Amino acid sequence: MIAEIGLAALWLAAALAALQFVFGAIALYQRDMTMLRGVRAVAVVQALLTATAFAALILVFLRTDLSVSLVAANSHVAKPWLYKFAGTWGNHEGSMLMWVTILALAGGAVALFERRLEDRTLIATLAAQATIGLGFYAFLLFASNPFDRLDPAPAQGNGLNPLLQDPGLAFHPPTLYVGYVGLSIAFSFAVGALVTRDVGAAFARAMRPWVLAAWIFLTLGITAGSYWAYYELGWGGWWFWDPVENASLMPWLAATALLHSVTVLATRDGLRAWTVMLAVVAFSMSMIGTFLVRSGILTSVHSFAVDPRRGAFILALLAIYIGGALALFALRVGTVREGSRFDMVSREGSLVANNLLLSAILGIVLIGTLYPLGIEALTGGKLSVGPPYFNAAAGPLALILVVVMAAGPLLRWRRDELRALARRLAVPAIVAVLALVIVLAVLPRAHLLPSLGLILAAGVAVASVAPLWKRNLRRTPLFTWGMVIAHLGIAVSLAGMASESAFTQETLVAARPGEVHGVGPFAVRFEGVEPVAGPNWTALEATLTATRGTGAPMEMRPQARAFWAPPTETNEAAIRTLWDGQLYTVLGKQAEDGRWQLRLWWKPFVTLIWAGGALVAIGGALSLLGRLLRDRRAAQRGKEWWE
Amino acid sequence: MKRAAILIGLIGWAATAQADSLMPADPMADTQLSDPAKEAQAKALMENLRCVVCQGQSIADSDAELAGDMRAMVRRRIAAGEKPEAIRAWMVARYGDWISFRPPVEPLTWPLWAAPILFLLVGLWLARGRFRRRGR
Repeated sequence: MIAEIGLAALWLAAALAALQFVFGAIALYQRDMTMLRGVRAVAVVQALLTATAFAALILVFLRTDLSVSLVAANSHVAKPWLYKFAGTWGNHEGSMLMWVTILALAGGAVALFERRLEDRTLIATLAAQATIGLGFYAFLLFASNPFDRLDPAPAQGNGLNPLLQDPGLAFHPPTLYVGYVGLSIAFSFAVGALVTRDVGAAFARAMRPWVLAAWIFLTLGITAGSYWAYYELGWGGWWFWDPVENASLMPWLAATALLHSVTVLATRDGLRAWTVMLAVVAFSMSMIGTFLVRSGILTSVHSFAVDPRRGAFILALLAIYIGGALALFALRVGTVREGSRFDMVSREGSLVANNLLLSAILGIVLIGTLYPLGIEALTGGKLSVGPPYFNAAAGPLALILVVVMAAGPLLRWRRDELRALARRLAVPAIVAVLALVIVLAVLPRAHLLPSLGLILAAGVAVASVAPLWKRNLRRTPLFTWGMVIAHLGIAVSLAGMASESAFTQETLVAARPGEVHGVGPFAVRFEGVEPVAGPNWTALEATLTATRGTGAPMEMRPQARAFWAPPTETNEAAIRTLWDGQLYTVLGKQAEDGRWQLRLWWKPFVTLIWAGGALVAIGGALSLLGRLLRDRRAAQRGKEWWE
Repeated sequence: MKRAAILIGLIGWAATAQADSLMPADPMADTQLSDPAKEAQAKALMENLRCVVCQGQSIADSDAELAGDMRAMVRRRIAAGEKPEAIRAWMVARYGDWISFRPPVEPLTWPLWAAPILFLLVGLWLARGRFRRRGR
């Protein structure tokens, strides 16, 4: 019954999306703005219905209703409730329903809260959001119905991929999807503004908080996903340039560029066409990412539950939406005047450089991800594009981008002097030179990229807080604090990446109980291996005692787990976080002679990678809060702040 | 007592599940070379070779048995004094370009390698109109 309610809600929501589009089109055609209230209401009800369908699916999973074929294929009675709950989206259909739910909720939120956009543009925006929804409702209902029944119901389900049976599953996909799909708002805003020829500063100010919100979630989702892969896969890697990771990175790169160009549009009314283009590109990247992940076209560590036939459906949707938006852009770009011009050496100039570099990196990630597919389709040959390409092609650009990031906030709008900029950058430059001396002294043979990363991180960290220099900190606007903290976060993250790459120490040994092995500054004593059992797994658990110098011994218990539904083995690394890094230990297999394989890593300051990511997200949140508060105060005063 | 029996049964099961094949794992799969410089070379190469059975992962961070065998082979050959590039070439000759995460430089991949420069040039060309001349 619950499944049927869910399915019915989904059909109704699809019908309402159609209605939302038709209402919107009529309102625009007849220039009848009284219909705005109706369109808003339909959007909100549509969101509620989709949320109902999603709630129904969660309920079916929590109850492990095996007569629903999706549950039978992906769940199991003997599974902790958290994974029954999170398992709802640990499969194709469920994750697509979550995608659509967030799409509808995003549209509903715009309908409820957006008050600054011009009425006509708002109607066009909501109609565009409904159009996106229609395609994906069709995909769910015709090609990926999550509520299909199975008759007769099996006695037991297949279970969830044990790699996914981790608290990360409850957090990472929803966060990432809110970011991914939240960008649909930017897309719909852009389409709406193109339809009504309303691209300007006011439009940018209305769009900015939505982009910022989606971007915060995207940042958090990528950071969390990186840490999840780091501790779950058991080899200490934190970024693999895996196509699925790239699929999440591409929308982030586009959204980051958009966030900066929308600031130029909002503040100086420049970069109009470019900003609209980026808004279209950002969500297009989300859709391309969905296609890559959900079509099964990639062979990757993430590709579970895939079906190539569905790929054709999503590809058609992609072609329609991206093609349609680009066609509209081409049609209307002539009517979008480019807005004001500016000097090369100016805040705008640095933001253009930021956009240029981010877009180039986005292009590199996109071409590197798609190239093997293209080659295989054209010639049948297979090749791999992996870390060596991405690091070599995107790494240098990313480092230049970081330098631009250090300089940009220290530049004035409209025009500035190079000599003045050099003066403002003097202290960060001195810090970078000091870092260079230290790096050369400590690491005479280090690789170029990590060394440069460390040096730049030091200089950029100082430069990123420089905008607060000599300011009254109490009166500094919240969004300036947000920018400073986000930029500092990038420097912190860069320092973590470079440190991990330059200083990681590795020890691989086959050990007998009682032996002591060293890794970095630690002496690790292997005490022995004991069996343990969990709710749906058994494991061999090693006990290790790690000591550094005269410090207190730390006990660590890495496990090699064996799940029985489905039968799979996973490594549960034992990780100890210290102020200056992480000790990462993994229990491997037992050799013929009875010795146990141990993998030990000491990774100095590796945690900075994710701490930096969190800082970036916090900076974004402060910035968003600052904008919203200022808007509210302005609204209370009865006029906008820029008037 | 009964619990202990169940536990022992489960351990036995877990132990068999741990070993995918009857062949013992090559000890060199997870034993570092004594010369740190050579180990660093081997590590760098392993990170750029693709695991054949797990896909998407390099042999340096895969639990698969075959990846372990390939790690062992890389270490043995590096220890014997072979150059990493020679080992990579041998791997490519045997498994195809797919095995190497670094795509080859050949006419088919020129667009890929030229892409960064092209993107920057196109970007600069697009941005040129945005700036006004100085010093009016």
